[in-house]
Amino acid sequence: MRLSPDEMIFWQHGLFKLNGTIVFTWALMFVLAVGSKLITRKLSTGLERSRWQSLLEIVVTGIEKQIEDVGLRHPEKYIGFLGTLFLFVALASLCTIIPGYEPPTGSLSTTAALALCVLVAVPFFGIEEQGLSGYLKSYVEPTVIMLPFNIISELSRTLALAVRLFGNMMSGTMILAILLTVTPFIFPIAMSVLGLLTGMVQAYIFSILAAVYIASATRVRNPKPEPAAKP
Amino acid sequence: MDSITLIAMASIVTAGLTIALGSIGPALGEGRAVATALSSLAQQPDSATTITRTLFVGLAMIESIAIYCFVVSMILIFANPFWNHVIAQATGK
Repeated sequence: MRLSPDEMIFWQHGLFKLNGTIVFTWALMFVLAVGSKLITRKLSTGLERSRWQSLLEIVVTGIEKQIEDVGLRHPEKYIGFLGTLFLFVALASLCTIIPGYEPPTGSLSTTAALALCVLVAVPFFGIEEQGLSGYLKSYVEPTVIMLPFNIISELSRTLALAVRLFGNMMSGTMILAILLTVTPFIFPIAMSVLGLLTGMVQAYIFSILAAVYIASATRVRNPKPEPAAKP
Repeated sequence: MDSITLIAMASIVTAGLTIALGSIGPALGEGRAVATALSSLAQQPDSATTITRTLFVGLAMIESIAIYCFVVSMILIFANPFWNHVIAQATGK
C-alpha cells in the first residue's frame, strides 16, 4: 500500500533518488511553462483571438478578480505568486485522470514546501507594503501579551495549510486504491470524480487562504482620519 | 499478552476510534455552516458569489479537522513506528 509518490523510484544513483514526486513535479512545471510560452508567443489585442489565448485570459482575469475580492488592492503584484499556487495544485489534481500518474501534492514534502513558500511570502509582501517596523508592529497589535500567540498562529497556519492539502490529496488516491481491490468498475469511477472535485476545491482553498493571509499582513493599519467638511 | 499483540491491538482499535469520533464534529459543523449559508442566500441572493466563496473557505477549514484525524488513522495503520520497531525486533532476533 503506497502512501505517497515518494516511494515510486524511477532512477537511483547512490544517495540521489529520482522518485515519483520529483518526476511528476517536473512534468507539471514543464507543461505549465512550455504551454504558456507557446500560447503567448503571438498575443493579439484585436477581435480575432485564438482559443488558447482566450482560455489563458479567462484564467488570468478570473484569478485577478478573486484576488481583488479578497481585499488586495493591486492584484498584479500578487498574481504571480497566488496564480502559480492555484494553477500548480489544480493541474496536479486534474492530471489524476492520466493513468500511471500520482499527484505530487500527495506527498507531504511538496505540500510542506508550498506552505513554507506562503510562510515566507506573507512577511515579504507585508514588509514591502508597510516597511519593516510597520509590519513588526502588527505582531503586538492588540496588546504586547498577544505576541507569542500571533507567532504561534503564523506557524500553525502554515502547518494547517500543508497537512490539509496533503491529507486531501493522499486520501483521494488511497480511497481509489482501496476501492479498486474491493469493488470493480463503477464505484471507483465515482470516487475518482469526487477526488477531482475535492482536488479543485483544495487548490482554490490553498490560494485563497494564501491571499487572505497576505491581505491581513498588508492592510492599512491606521487609516488617516478624513478631514472634517467645512460648512 | 506479548508486546506485539498489544501494540497491534491498540493500533487497530485507536485507528478505528480516531476516524469514527473525529468525523462526528466536522460533519455537524459543516451541516450548520451550509444551513446558515443557504438561509443567507435566500435572504440576499445578490451576494451569492461572496456567500458561496466564504462558505467554501469555511468548509475547508472545518474539513481539515477531519483530515487531521484521517491522517493520524492512516499513520497508525500504514506507517506505525511502534509496529515497525517490534517487527524489526522480532525478525532481527
